[in-house]
Parts: sequence; C-alpha cells; structure tokens
Amino acid sequence: MNFSDQLEARFADMLGHYPTKRSVLVPFLLYTQDELGYLTDEAIEEIAQRLDLTALEVRNVISYYSMLRTRPAGKYNVQVCTNICCLLRGGEEILEHARKKLGVAVNKGISEDGVFSVEEVECIGACSWAPAMQVNYDFHENLTEAKVDEILESYRKKAQQ
Amino acid sequence: MAYLVSHPDEVKVISSRFGKGAADIDRYLELDGYKAVQMALQMGSEAVINEVKASNLRGRGGAGFPTGMKWSFVPKESAKPKYVLCNGDESEPGTCKDRLIFEHDPHAVIEGAMIAAIAVNAHKAYIYIRGEYRYLLEIMQKSIADVYARGFAGKNIFGSGYDLDVYWHGGAGAYEVGEESALMESLEGKRGVPRIRPPFPAVVGLWGGPTVINNAETLASVPHIIMMGGQKYADIGTPKNGGTRLFCLSGHLEKPGVYELPMGYNLKKMIYEVGGGISNGRKLKAVVPGGSSTPVLTADEIDIAMDFDSVAKAGSMLGSGGVVVIDDATCIVKFALRTMQFYRHESCGWCIPCREGTDWLNKTLTRFHAGGGLAKDIDNIRYLAENMLGRTFCPLGDAAAMPTIGFVKKFREEFEAHLEGKPCPFEKHGAISQLPVMSH
Repeated sequence: MNFSDQLEARFADMLGHYPTKRSVLVPFLLYTQDELGYLTDEAIEEIAQRLDLTALEVRNVISYYSMLRTRPAGKYNVQVCTNICCLLRGGEEILEHARKKLGVAVNKGISEDGVFSVEEVECIGACSWAPAMQVNYDFHENLTEAKVDEILESYRKKAQQ
Repeated sequence: MAYLVSHPDEVKVISSRFGKGAADIDRYLELDGYKAVQMALQMGSEAVINEVKASNLRGRGGAGFPTGMKWSFVPKESAKPKYVLCNGDESEPGTCKDRLIFEHDPHAVIEGAMIAAIAVNAHKAYIYIRGEYRYLLEIMQKSIADVYARGFAGKNIFGSGYDLDVYWHGGAGAYEVGEESALMESLEGKRGVPRIRPPFPAVVGLWGGPTVINNAETLASVPHIIMMGGQKYADIGTPKNGGTRLFCLSGHLEKPGVYELPMGYNLKKMIYEVGGGISNGRKLKAVVPGGSSTPVLTADEIDIAMDFDSVAKAGSMLGSGGVVVIDDATCIVKFALRTMQFYRHESCGWCIPCREGTDWLNKTLTRFHAGGGLAKDIDNIRYLAENMLGRTFCPLGDAAAMPTIGFVKKFREEFEAHLEGKPCPFEKHGAISQLPVMSH
C-alpha cells in the first residue's frame, strides 16, 4: 500500500534517528493510525515489511499500547478520564453525560453519523485541571456538563464542514 | 493548554520561564538559555557530575535516586555507544508537571539532556514523550529542529569539538513505559515490559549501551544547577533533598494547580495555604502525597516536610509530586477500587504476582464496594497486596500493592461499613465501569 507523502517523509526522517529500524515502530504506528483512522491489515503488513518484522510481531506491539487500535473509532474520539483526580471532581458524571449525549456505548461503537466514539481512559495528565477529557489529541479541562455540551457541539459542527 | 497559577511561597527555578514564551528559541536565549551547556562543555565530565552531586538533586520521577550518583555509575570507557534518555512518559495519576515543562520550557529539557550527555560522555540523547501529549511532542519537534538550525546540536556543538545529537520519540499509551527498562523496550520498538536487573541501565541500557535515564523535571533542573552552582541549589531544599520541585495539587482543593515549592515545604501548609484549603467548605479526610502509588496519609498525618526522607519517615513516599487531596464526602473503598482498576489495566502481565494480584484485588474491591463483601475480605485484600511486594521485575506491582495496604490499614472502618450488603455510606454510588484489559 502507499502512504501519503507526509507519512513517507515522517518515516524517512525517523529511520535516521535510531541504530535499529524497529525503533521507529511505536510512534510510527500512531502516526499511521492518525492518517488512516485505525491500523488496517494492509498498513500492518506494510510496516512489518519495511521494518523486517512479521505482521504478528507488529500486532503483538499494537496490542500492548492503549492508544493503538485495529478497528475504526469515530472521527472525534472522546476520551474521558475517570482516574482518581478526575473521579474526585466528577469524571464519572462527565463520562456518563458524554455517553448519553452522544448515544454511544463506552469503549465500543461509533455514533450513527460516524462522528463520535466515547472512551473511558486512564490518567491523561490533567490532574490539577480535573475533570478532563481529550477529543483526539485536544485537551479539554475543568469540565462541567454544560462545557462538555459546548465542546461536543463545536466538534459536531466541525464534522459537518 | 495547561493553566498557570502562582503563590507567594513559590521559589521559581524550573518554572522561572513559564508563561514567558520560552518555547521560542530566541526568547529562551534571552532568558539565559544554552549558557549552562556551554559552561558544562568547559567544565568537563567530572566537574559537571560533582556539581550535580553537590546540588543534592534527586530523581523527580518518583524514586528520588541522587542524580549525580546515577551519572557516576556510567562506565567511562564503553565499546558500545552511550545514551541519555529523557523520561517524559508522565502518567502516574496525580502528576501533570512535565506537561508544563514541555509546554513552557522545552529547551530546558533539551539543554538538561545535553548536559547529562556531556557528563557521561554520550553523543546521543532521546526525549521520550507520552503519546497522549501530542501537542507537546510537536513543540519538542520544533524545539529540536531549532536547536539544529542554530548549530547547538549535531557536529562540533558550540565549537567545542563535541558531537551531540538530540532526538524526539513518542509513546502510544502505556503507564508501564514510565518504568525505566520498559521505556527502553518501548523505544526499541517492542512491548513495554520491564527488564531484569542487574545489569542496570547505567551499564546495559538502550540497545545494550550504557544509558542514563532521567525524568524530564530532573533534566530541566540541571541547567539551573550549573548556572547557580550546586551548593546554592542544595541550599533551597532540606539536607539531602536539594532544590525545588513542581507539586501538582489536585482533588478537593479550592486552588488546585502546579506550584513550585522548596523541597521540605510543609504538606499542611501546601494544602491549606497554597492550595487554598478544602473545596466546598468540607473537611479533609486523606491525602495521597506523591501520585497514586504512594500510601495514603490521614488528615492528622499531614504536618510533615515534603521531601523524600521526611515523607518516607511518615510511612509514605514523595513519589512524583502529585498531591491528591480527598475530602470527607469521599468513599475510600471506591477510591481504592479506582486506584486498583488503573493498575489492573496498566499491568503489562509480565510478572504473575502483579498480573494476578491486580486482577484479584480489582475483583475483590469491586464486589466489596458493591456490597458483596465478607469480613474476611478485608484481611485478604491486605494479604494479597502484601504478597505482591518485591516480587516483580519492576515497581508496578509495588505501586499497586502499597496504596492498597495503606487504605485497608488506615481506613478499615470504612471497609467494615460496607459489609453485610450495606450500601456505600457515601452519597455517590454505582457500579464502577470497567476498562478493557489489553483488548484491541
């Protein structure tokens, strides 16, 4: 399969960082996922071949890292932290609110319009600004239910553009 | 974007450039940036190590190992290349300090890594940033590119004849990778499982070469130490605990935030003065003083100095600087359960006591909190946790066990209050959701 020019450039640059090709693997998987939405069978084969690994070896690595996925997520993946600091400041309520609002089961499925998925995640490093969530890579902190509504609405609008 | 706060008791060393646009290399240079690395080049390896030893700087990742001593363990001669590795896989619940450093002062991390490299005569440094911190990785990528564009990295840095390359690396979501040997596995493109020790990374680390691995905050402190002198830095803190540290105040506080305070600052003052006291007019129940893996302190155990040795004496750990404040409306059983749910999710499964222990404890605590607990469960929880201690390759097993033992020991009556099908005595109640374990 062909990668985009941007991803090819990323790959070539990263290869120069390390004495072994394999070291590229973890960050490059994430960059690939960002472009494709998830790690497809073809992408896994392609990366394995480039790094002199078997597809199985690549899958073994994928299965270890929480952010890597082999199934699609919504265009905007809403990741709500419920770990201790967020728990103390209403993280579970925020998760429940997002789930209801979007009508998606947590950790599985995508909203009917394909726009949203909802994940319960472990600590994202926003402890002093809890409760917090990430939508894809964007942090949203000091959340209230009203703030969550606004944020989700802004992503919904973005998806329609 | 992370928010900045301020308090008059703060001593701003690491945070001295926060909010000043220092991610821009020109601004960093105006603010005395990249002077320390040039001084280090002139001082040479031994003098740099001695300066850091004199500073009493101890590892800010959590273990508190003396940094200068760590560097001195790296063999002078090595057939394999040596490496410096910055651990920016910040993921201990309660900890959000490295995020501020990477956002506001990324060049301090680069400069600190460069000085560490000069100290151990390494020519390559890697800065590993957790996958969730993509915006910070992008800041770091730009910062490294700027450093190369100025000729501060690469061949013959600052005309010294010394070659030094700096690279970024990104993770993809794994708490375990914050453990030093697992981080090396991850950087080598593998699952992040820990390595057996000895040999220690200082002798056999990344790609088999001697490796210094330091937390991002530790490295960001180093240029300041070189600039002000080790002794002056040491004087800010308490004996054997040099300097300042970024404390991440979270939980039920009026003014949560990341504050830079001298080592040894009083915890009670930190909560009631710096953090503005308990929110919503409630009372303090407990404090987790150094990130989720450190044993809980009760409300009457907080009149202590926040340095590594004093907190250890009080039966807990200073850890990663994450101070989690819990009010009297919180159910400790629920808190213990959520803590264990995290460790169960993050256990890499390599060592049986950790893999099975976290799962058993999670199951037991789940049942217990839901009202299905038996009296003997309370001792069983403690017994299980105690049997994980010291029996794993890496400290994740201990990190799960230690807080659990603390919760049972110090809040036994709350566990008892859940017995015989009684509903949780605290207002919020419900089945805790379950994260999938390594299933994708």
